[in-house]
Amino acid sequence: MSNDIRIVHVTKEFASNGRSMKAVDDISLDIKDSEFICLVGPSGCGKSTLLRMIAGLEPVSSGEILMGDKKITSTSPKIGFVFQEYTLFPWRTVEKNVEFGLELKRLSPEERARIASKYLDMVGLEKFKDSYPHQLSGGMRQRTAIARTLAVNPEILLMDEPFGALDAQTRNILQEQLLEIWHKEKKKVLFVTHNVDEAVFLADKVIVLTARPGRIKEIIDINIPRPRVRTETEVNKVRNAILNSLFEEVRKLSDH
Amino acid sequence: MSRLSKILMQISGILFIILLWELATGVFHVFKWIVLPPPTDVFMAMLAMALDGSLFVNAGWSLLRVLLGFIVAAAIAVPLGVAMGWLPEISYVVDPIVEVIRPIPPIAWIGLALLWFGIGINSAIFLVFIGAFFPILLNTIAGVRNVEKRLVEVAYTFGASDWSVLRKVVMPAASPTIYTGLRVGMGIGWMCVVAAEMIAVRFGLGNMILEGSNLLQTDVVMVGMITIGLLGLAINYIFQVAGNYMFKWQQGIGRAVA
Repeated sequence: MSNDIRIVHVTKEFASNGRSMKAVDDISLDIKDSEFICLVGPSGCGKSTLLRMIAGLEPVSSGEILMGDKKITSTSPKIGFVFQEYTLFPWRTVEKNVEFGLELKRLSPEERARIASKYLDMVGLEKFKDSYPHQLSGGMRQRTAIARTLAVNPEILLMDEPFGALDAQTRNILQEQLLEIWHKEKKKVLFVTHNVDEAVFLADKVIVLTARPGRIKEIIDINIPRPRVRTETEVNKVRNAILNSLFEEVRKLSDH
Repeated sequence: MSRLSKILMQISGILFIILLWELATGVFHVFKWIVLPPPTDVFMAMLAMALDGSLFVNAGWSLLRVLLGFIVAAAIAVPLGVAMGWLPEISYVVDPIVEVIRPIPPIAWIGLALLWFGIGINSAIFLVFIGAFFPILLNTIAGVRNVEKRLVEVAYTFGASDWSVLRKVVMPAASPTIYTGLRVGMGIGWMCVVAAEMIAVRFGLGNMILEGSNLLQTDVVMVGMITIGLLGLAINYIFQVAGNYMFKWQQGIGRAVA
């Protein structure tokens, strides 16, 4: 497909106190069709930085990121981003939040309302379309944020620990909902998490990054059919493999 | 405590002071009339001035002048503040100028105002402008600078242009702070108009107070002061109610969904 994302030898260095520090080191990765990929790694391994570079929020130091055969140099509605923190616009109702990207595309009010309604329905928030963000629970806010991102029909969904601030039950429900949506919308998803359970439940492919600077340590394909049962033997086996791989990296961090 | 009993307690304080005042002046004559006339006399003077319309004419002039000065101040301070808050380069150039002019009390501008605009409404408008300008400017700058970075970033991820981000994110996010600036600016403008009317212009509540003082009409002086106080209170109240309505999206106002 022509809209595959290709990350080619991407490196990111930050300057701090006059010294340059490598956050991401020579990462190459293709995201095809409607793959669901999870990135896991110890904290500070550059997962978020990688996501921000793909989104065009942060320039690469070297290497390149392509969508199809076009280089990504700035933000674009084709690349959707869902942040960990709550990022709804507090002065807009749920519905108007979802319409934000559609306004930028200069769609008519009727068209905006129609699309917003479709995605609010998909995340189960039709009833709350006139509420303001401060009236919603954390889970509802993130569902609204997901609807807002989906509404502009991006090629890929970049998700930076979107459920990180939620309690365990809400998190499980949102994971299931996200898979349903993904199944319907057939989008590429690149999902950053530090929760291995989450990665195993969601992903086609889990990428383990090394401790700083972030390099790809291991790519683990998960061929378990969905819906996956969190306690199944197969699921546990994959989870243990990832946990062991990750643990080595975390230990490296604490040895320093 | 119930709402009613709270209101009763608030009123009782004022009533107590008025009663004390009446006793000290009307009954026991502790003060000469010219120092402090009894509240009943002040009230009668107010009634007379309301009936012959002079109170409304003077109040109307004051309100008109404060409104015009305020509008000019807001029309310049808000766009300038947005530019200064959004673009550090502009702020580097303008900041020192602002910091030098800001500590000069508005009243100190009366001299220049008279030389520039002469006796008349323009001098009063100018003083109100000076008084209202800086609180509006400083609050606008602060409001724009304190917009949460992640809200700006999320807008950019939708492919928003700088102009769209400014219009659709920065302005609404900063609006409660800008509004506070407008409210404070209006309050200071109201003080400035009274000062201006004592020196630079005829009519208006300030002028009424000064003339009353010259003619030893202490009741007229007090009617002027009370009217200024009540109108200031009313203006502030209107700002508050309108603000609560406009910013009902802010945390804490409005009901939470269970």
